[in-house]
Amino acid sequence: MPELVLPDRLRGVEPVRSIRTPARLDYEFTAGRATSRFLRGVAEKRLLGQRCPVCRKVYVPPRGACPTDGVPTEEEVELGHTGTVTTFCVVNVQFYGQAMELPYVSALILLDGSDLPIMHLLQEVSADDVHMGMRVEAVWVPDDEIEPTLESIRYFRPNGEPDAPWDSYKDNV
Amino acid sequence: MRDIAVISFAQSPQVRRQPDLNEVEMLMPVVRDALAGAGITKDRVDFVCSASSDYLAGQAFSFVMTLDAVGPWPPISESHVDMDGAWAAYEAWVKMQMGHVDVALVYAYGKSSPGDIRRVLTRQLDPYYLGPLWPDSVSLAALQARCGLDAGSFTKADMAEVAARSRRDAKANAWAQLSGDDDPAELLGRDELVSPLHVHDCPPVTDGAAAVVLAAGDVARELCARPAWIRGIDHRIEPHALGLRDLTRSVSTEQAATAAGVADGPVQLAELHAPFTHQELILRSALGLGDDVVVNPSGGALCANAIMTAGLIRLGEAASRVTAGDADRAVAHATSGPCLQQNLVCVLEGE
Ligand SMILES: [Zn+2]
Repeated sequence: MPELVLPDRLRGVEPVRSIRTPARLDYEFTAGRATSRFLRGVAEKRLLGQRCPVCRKVYVPPRGACPTDGVPTEEEVELGHTGTVTTFCVVNVQFYGQAMELPYVSALILLDGSDLPIMHLLQEVSADDVHMGMRVEAVWVPDDEIEPTLESIRYFRPNGEPDAPWDSYKDNV
Repeated sequence: MRDIAVISFAQSPQVRRQPDLNEVEMLMPVVRDALAGAGITKDRVDFVCSASSDYLAGQAFSFVMTLDAVGPWPPISESHVDMDGAWAAYEAWVKMQMGHVDVALVYAYGKSSPGDIRRVLTRQLDPYYLGPLWPDSVSLAALQARCGLDAGSFTKADMAEVAARSRRDAKANAWAQLSGDDDPAELLGRDELVSPLHVHDCPPVTDGAAAVVLAAGDVARELCARPAWIRGIDHRIEPHALGLRDLTRSVSTEQAATAAGVADGPVQLAELHAPFTHQELILRSALGLGDDVVVNPSGGALCANAIMTAGLIRLGEAASRVTAGDADRAVAHATSGPCLQQNLVCVLEGE
């Protein structure tokens, strides 16, 4: 590469090695019709999924479409507050923005009556005892603290039922 | 070269704000209508190409979620461009030229309402010199209009005429966001927004989606009584730095028009993606369109300007007029970037 020759007026000045150009943009997020219905349901302590008219799968939280069939999911299905752990992760590593005390367990939980697991916290159980197929129930925040957010469920905990059979959740791991 | 045609086009209502629907909910009916217009179901589609920008939604990989609208199972052949949907159509056309795809679905969507679009668009500028100054999209267009006015390329009266004609034509377009009868002289009497631009010189802020179906050869003839054949398509880009460009003309449009063969036959109709009034005047001359050419019978981007989508709508509008028999030879144009930085030109013909 040929050597760069600077014009006289730029010779001897301190070279610019880096620049900082901070940027910030604010957005208003649109949950959409289906997810808004779900969130309003949560505010009433109800868990509402939507069923696909073609493959009959129940999605929660619903986004308004079946990702398999590309059709609107309009039939509403009320789900129980119990479910099955399909997979889980024991978190042992600190990360930015972490609010939980280590170690803790984050799990995919297939709510009874649904075909898509939601991710939530698992507590009141030792990380060593968590396993696939474990039956769990939702623990809600006090009624006067309930808001339209999944954080209205504080966590899930084992409900003492025998483990769910593999066939009941094998499509959701 | 394989013969490839636009055989179906659909769009959502183009509105200022779509606060109820998320992107996939806005898109689903459009995909449904585009496939229905071609008389096919998703099983018949060999390739899907989509266009959108994460900067509009303020969300990473936002296009992955909107794929729900096409039901991508069993796994499909699919691609995405962070460009206007007209470029997604170009990618599909290239893929079809390679011979493995007979039917392609192309869709685009953009909701400008979640963010401040004039600021969001500054993020497409170069990140060292221009981006840090946050010059908004209307101000940059105003700079270009000023260059054209000073050079004597057009007058503010010409620009107001473009606005009035576009809004009048949009009265026949049920999907358009803006329409009406406006007196150009009265428009000119109103305050300027960013000198020399008035509100009527600028596009509305729009949420919307659109889709087209492309098909090759005999498949197109089987699915459509009068396919709009793509006889030429090309796109060119100009330098990032505005100071390196002659803003009073559109060199990249001139080059794309030559490569697409715009001048190889008479043009009856043109759908030009000109978000600002003066840009239509620059594009008309770059494309060499005579006064007898019907320009933007849909009302154009001055009456609905969903980002990432309005260019694909030009292709769809021009194609549907060929399919309807209103034109035998039409030009569709799409633009991207500040001050007409990048331009795509497509020549469509009936048989
Ligand atoms: Zn389904």
